[in-house]
Amino acid sequence: MKSFLYQKQWGWRASGIALGLSFLLAIALVKPIGVSTQFVILDGIAWNLISDDLIVENSNAKKGYSSTNAYLNKSGGKYAKNVENPVNYSFIFVIAMIAGGFIASRLQSNKDSKETLTAPAVWKNKFGPSPGKRYLTTFLGGILVLVGARLAGGCTSGHMMSGMMQTSLSGYLFAAGVFVVAVPVTIFMYKGESK
Amino acid sequence: MSILYATILGLLFGFILQKTGAANPQKVIEMLRLRDFHLMKTILFSIGFSSLALFLLLSTGIIDSGHISIKSSYIGVIVGGAIFGIGWAISGFCPGTGVVAAGAGRKDALSFIVGGLLGAFIYMLAYASLKPSFLFDKLGDKITLVATSNEKFPILLPDLPAIAVAGSIAIIFILIAWKLPQNQKA
Repeated sequence: MKSFLYQKQWGWRASGIALGLSFLLAIALVKPIGVSTQFVILDGIAWNLISDDLIVENSNAKKGYSSTNAYLNKSGGKYAKNVENPVNYSFIFVIAMIAGGFIASRLQSNKDSKETLTAPAVWKNKFGPSPGKRYLTTFLGGILVLVGARLAGGCTSGHMMSGMMQTSLSGYLFAAGVFVVAVPVTIFMYKGESK
Repeated sequence: MSILYATILGLLFGFILQKTGAANPQKVIEMLRLRDFHLMKTILFSIGFSSLALFLLLSTGIIDSGHISIKSSYIGVIVGGAIFGIGWAISGFCPGTGVVAAGAGRKDALSFIVGGLLGAFIYMLAYASLKPSFLFDKLGDKITLVATSNEKFPILLPDLPAIAVAGSIAIIFILIAWKLPQNQKA
């Protein structure tokens, strides 16, 4: 058991069962897991700090809050409410994920080298050791990932994992959109790289 | 109570994502290049297994069908998925794994998160003008393939028994996971 918890990476069967159980447990106890919305909530929290009128209490709104921003205002002020009350289930869940990743990496018996934590080996083989180029690329990737996830209304966890396990059509549509593009882009981007 | 659940489930999910290798961009990139199927096997196995388990637990009433939550299907799900796919391909991170990787000490995940916050902000500002466009044309709304025992959601295949369909999907996914080549490198 101890060595299982200290292992750097589990095999695919243990990984699949553990991942599946975490999604099941979340549905059983609360609701399906989702992450990408919380990027909007954190933006909203920061925006709300410098703005006086971004979010107002509104007893006519379904969730009791409304916003001058159309996105925060949608679904009866659902996001506006969470921005106004950051200590809510979905936001704390994502904050706790950071701690989960931290603990897992600290317990790891064979630690990652500092170098692989700036860029993966496959990146360095193709694009060289400069961390700046890698950071710029993940920054741009982050923009695209969140614009895409918000347009789609969810990401890998909300659409693909939670969605497909509930047999939601949206999960299948999202997965199709993702892989049809991501596979050729990655193959093209890393063309010629071989370890 | 919900904050306690959030803390425990979030810790568990973050820990597991790190252990599966999903928060390691090396594994993601090698999967998307079709060179290392470890993550693909993991994802297919977990969706197949958890889908069947979910429908069994729903049918026995152990899981409350009120906890089911289905997202809408519309054109933007596919277009957004494609934009997401480009970002996932070039960075090797998605929102959840980026957050976990930052916790695990990855510096390239920090710039991913900063970019993500900017992307989410751009979308917040653009939403009002995108809303009336074709991107939000419906493709069945909050529809599922089979009955989830929650009557709020429409069903694509209402005549088929849910357990049988979930079970068939599970068998297909797990078979593919089993048959995809194993990579010797961890």
